[in-house]
Amino acid sequence: MSQSKSAVIMDARILGPAIGGAFRKLNPRTLSRNPVMFVVAVVSALTSVLFVKDLVTGGGDLGFSLQIIIWLWFTVLFANFAEAVAEGRGKAQADSLRKARTETQAKLLTGDDRTKFKLVPGTSLKVGDAVLVEAGDIIPSDGEVIEGVASVNEAAITGESAPVIRESGGDRSAVTGGTQVLSDWIRVRITAASGHTFLDRMISLVEGAARQKTPNEIALNILLVGMTLIFVLATATIPSFASYSGGYISVTVLVALFVTLIPTTIGALLSAIGIAGMDRLVRFNVLAMSGRAVEAAGDVDTLLLDKTGTITLGNRQATEFRPVKGVTEQELADAAQLASLADETPEGRSIVVLAKEKYGIRARDMATLHAAFVPFTAQTRMSGVDIDGSSIRKGAIDSVLAHVNQSISAGSGARPASDAVRDLQAIADEIGKSGGTPLAVERDGRLLGVVHLKDIVKGGIRERFAELRKMGIRTVMITGDNPMTAAAIAAEAGVDDFLAQATPEDKLKLIRDEQAKGKLVAMCGDGTNDAPALAQADVGVAMNTGTVAAREAGNMVDLDSDPTKLIEIVEIGKALLMTRGSLTTFSIANDVAKYFAIIPAMFAVFYVAPGQTSGPLQALNIMHLATPQSAILSAIIFNALIIIALIPLSLKGVKYRAIGAGALLSRNLLVYGLGGIIVPFVGIKLIDMIITAVGLA
Amino acid sequence: MTLNGWIQILAYCGIVVLLVKPLGGYMHRVFNGDRTFLSPVLGPLERALYRISGTSEREEQHWMTYAAALLVFNLAGFLVLYFLQRLQGSLPLNPAGMTAVEPGLAFNTAASFMTNTNWQNYGGESTMSYLVQIAGLTVQNFLSAATGIAIAIALIRGFAKASGKSIGNFWVDMTRCTLYLLLPLCIVLTLVYVYLGVPQTLGAYINATTLEGAQQTIAVGPVASQVAIKMLGTNGGGFFNANAAHPFENPNAISNLIQMVTIFAIGAALTNVFGRMIGSQRQGWAILSAMGVLFIAGIAICYWAEAAGNPLVHALGIDGGNMEGKETRFGIALSALFAVITTAASCGAVNAMHDSFTALGGMIPIINMQLGEVIVGGVGAGLYGILMYIVIAVFVAGLMVGRTPEYLGKKIEAKEVKMAMLAILCLPLAMLIFTAIAVVLPTGVASIANAGPHGFSEVLYAYTSAAANNGSAFGGLTGNTPWYNITLGIGMLMGRFLVIIPALAIAGSLVAKKTVPASAGTFPTDGPLFVGLLVGVILIVGGLTFFPALAVGPIVEHLATISGQTF
Repeated sequence: MSQSKSAVIMDARILGPAIGGAFRKLNPRTLSRNPVMFVVAVVSALTSVLFVKDLVTGGGDLGFSLQIIIWLWFTVLFANFAEAVAEGRGKAQADSLRKARTETQAKLLTGDDRTKFKLVPGTSLKVGDAVLVEAGDIIPSDGEVIEGVASVNEAAITGESAPVIRESGGDRSAVTGGTQVLSDWIRVRITAASGHTFLDRMISLVEGAARQKTPNEIALNILLVGMTLIFVLATATIPSFASYSGGYISVTVLVALFVTLIPTTIGALLSAIGIAGMDRLVRFNVLAMSGRAVEAAGDVDTLLLDKTGTITLGNRQATEFRPVKGVTEQELADAAQLASLADETPEGRSIVVLAKEKYGIRARDMATLHAAFVPFTAQTRMSGVDIDGSSIRKGAIDSVLAHVNQSISAGSGARPASDAVRDLQAIADEIGKSGGTPLAVERDGRLLGVVHLKDIVKGGIRERFAELRKMGIRTVMITGDNPMTAAAIAAEAGVDDFLAQATPEDKLKLIRDEQAKGKLVAMCGDGTNDAPALAQADVGVAMNTGTVAAREAGNMVDLDSDPTKLIEIVEIGKALLMTRGSLTTFSIANDVAKYFAIIPAMFAVFYVAPGQTSGPLQALNIMHLATPQSAILSAIIFNALIIIALIPLSLKGVKYRAIGAGALLSRNLLVYGLGGIIVPFVGIKLIDMIITAVGLA
Repeated sequence: MTLNGWIQILAYCGIVVLLVKPLGGYMHRVFNGDRTFLSPVLGPLERALYRISGTSEREEQHWMTYAAALLVFNLAGFLVLYFLQRLQGSLPLNPAGMTAVEPGLAFNTAASFMTNTNWQNYGGESTMSYLVQIAGLTVQNFLSAATGIAIAIALIRGFAKASGKSIGNFWVDMTRCTLYLLLPLCIVLTLVYVYLGVPQTLGAYINATTLEGAQQTIAVGPVASQVAIKMLGTNGGGFFNANAAHPFENPNAISNLIQMVTIFAIGAALTNVFGRMIGSQRQGWAILSAMGVLFIAGIAICYWAEAAGNPLVHALGIDGGNMEGKETRFGIALSALFAVITTAASCGAVNAMHDSFTALGGMIPIINMQLGEVIVGGVGAGLYGILMYIVIAVFVAGLMVGRTPEYLGKKIEAKEVKMAMLAILCLPLAMLIFTAIAVVLPTGVASIANAGPHGFSEVLYAYTSAAANNGSAFGGLTGNTPWYNITLGIGMLMGRFLVIIPALAIAGSLVAKKTVPASAGTFPTDGPLFVGLLVGVILIVGGLTFFPALAVGPIVEHLATISGQTF
């Protein structure tokens, strides 16, 4: 994981303002977004009013009531605090982003001539305006390069200081407002109005302002509201039961029981978990356009991965020289090296490297050799070198053979031996079958042999795919290669399936087919022709280097433009759902212990036999809590403190482990289910001992 | 507890489990519309019924249409039963000359039989004419049972069908259930009961002169047929006031065993129908296992409490278990077993007086009902009830493995959670609120027979039994008063329809969803882990709500008893 920003869970800079935030969030309008905590606030207010009434009339156990009320309000404040801390972490990031969004002057072009422009404020730009950005200028808003090429420093949004190239046409045409052009100039067509730029969206996302409840969060909220209603019934009926049993239960105590029973723990932490999930992605330099997308990432069944750059290293590399009969390896290596000296493509460089490592052929200076480089063109599909009347060409088998035949008919070479051609083709077939790419080399019409170019599968990728399989995710490799080559690489990398000679239409069709089977599909892409597939996929991760169209179509943007991140994105999505589930389980399981603390405390006054101090239900006080007051107080204190104790977990998330769903469930049930039953017994007992010792109850 | 007692209990469980597969297979064929060995006889009759009523066998319904048909049909049944009771004095088949049933009781009884509750605020032999018993009560025994099964089948279709709109046809499901399942089985069972000595006659009550020369009226009637359906359809309404403790309803150990087996037979087999319809019988067995765990736990506590007896009685020098209110024909083990079965299923027939059980022994039936009778449960109702808990269990557990929760390939989302919570919520609503009012209302308190916590338990039991559509009574409580007639009736309607409508809504919502193929990321729902999870969710979500109520009822009574305190 290349975590570029520090992931400190809490530091003083966040905690300080969060305390203030906790109080500000007492605003009923804010509270009402969270039904469980809203209910707690309402009953806290109710008991506060009753307390004031008692204070005036002088009834009730005021000291005890006051403590309960204080802890009730703490419960609400702690929940607000959790949310404020989660938001605070985003705010720190938003602030640094805001710095990039400074007021800029834009050079609005008035015509086609790039010297004619007028200076306008960046905020006044409209979609479709064309602006000129020169070296040293800040790009005023999001746009697409329509002319020119420039190096751009995008550190403001990616945190990566190395400049990137942005050019018109192709897949690297998108520029982001707030980034700086370092060299050259570009003409940019504005694609986002002020206030709707990528940076603006990013700021509101990390701040949590644009956060909407996700479908799953809504469903969970319904469950929590349902549980709350159930416990309304359980507690609201107690006064009548008490009256039948000849006792009386004060409203404060009832409220204490109610608040401890309803799922306050998960209710308090739910929105913090959601914000933290988004935040984890942001820290990971991935920007989700909605929380829905993060959740969908956890559900992904099929992962479409581009071969190049994701599964294999960006480029093919020469791995061996295979001469035809009658040619030595040394001779072939020498020719191939000469032909590649000036070839700046990664394939060309890898040939030079191989010749040096394997045959000790040093790099030679083109100028001293009087060599002229012949670059690759789409027509010839060959490149090479001309040295003092001698020519060397390397390229696709067919092209080189055609070239050799041509030079023969032109009379400038000897007819190649037919067995050399046969030999060459046999070698080429063999290489093709193994998943490699054959590159033929000839010198002056004489076939020398074949360079074996091979896709290098990234180290450790096989293990990653095995891990994904354990998560239940199927991987599909997308490649433009022919099926034979694709199959060989697929087998080597350990993907579950592949799509060879893939066109954008094929990709789209594959996604639709998977979705028709009820599966969720994730993919990443950068080109404009990826846009339809990105939009169709349930999770579409656009590369930040990609085109505007791709960035608009995806629901996530990877600022590092690293396609392998898709795997981590899935893990983050899963961790988000798991954290919610685990804390819900914990919260509900807590109720068992709370009942055993409060029920005997409340009901021990019923049916007291003559000569006894407490009634039969005192036997349920299995924790041996000191007094009814201390028992109730301990339960409510535990209930409030557990929120604070679980804030780090909810921000960090429950770690996802690829150990299979059954094992994961039993593990989490054990930790959060069984743990949720046991922990409060211990906690409440400890708190009871402490408050009894200091004489609070 | 004795070894003999446990052998009888385990033998009973074995018989029920053995019946699951054959009966499940048969029911699966019936509801799929496949040919069965009864088709040559019943097929023409079935088709004739569709022709007369204008129902098309192939026309399937949207869940709302299905629910509307169900509600209209139940309302009609309710009205017929109500007016039959009100007008019985001027209708035929009334040899004992019964007069009109008063409105409150008629409402209570109509609601009771229409909802498969069969709470009886009347004494059968002293209130109802033969016509009411046959054309009213027995007919509703069949139809309310068929209604429950139909809903379960519709809900299963929601899980089983891969994206569609319809969940089956209510009229077809009802017809097939009654015609192929309930009627044939009841005919056979009736004959068996007659053979075992249960009366089946339309003749007048018998006047006998006892050895002392006193005159005694011996009530008889079409008993065997009603006993057959009251057990098979988990209705539980006895022909006689004493229900299955009456020697004419339950003459001996064999009839007792048959009755206990038939209470569970259809409910248990439905888990197998579920498994077959969704294409994995293991899933059905997993559900039955969760039910089994809760059942065994219940019977173990109940049998132990009853066998241990009452320490206050022991102090008087009378050893042994608690035989108060039990038939010597059945003894402690079979009485405890019957009590747990009848409340685990929503039957409500009794062969002993639950009021006379020890505090803990009597608490188990209450808990069984409060959990929503999902331990096998009422026919159909048990399965759709436990499926509500499964929705909740799967939702929480699904999150814990990092996916949007799914069950059998169907995603569980906001709508399903909402409906399942509504269904679960309605039980404490009806049970606790009415109890809370009744125990402070003078009219309510006046009906209570015993002082102290036991009196509380009587009221709690009554509303629990009504809302759970069980129908068994704790006894002690005088139920035939305007307050109890009306509120218990309302409780029954809430407990029935506030579960049915959400269940059908879930069916409708699920059936429209695509089925997601299972992967290594889906947690298995057919193993012991899931069974444990489900049991935990049922106890915590369904049970914790009632802890305060149980604490001031049976729990405090138990604690007081062991410390020698009386009220």
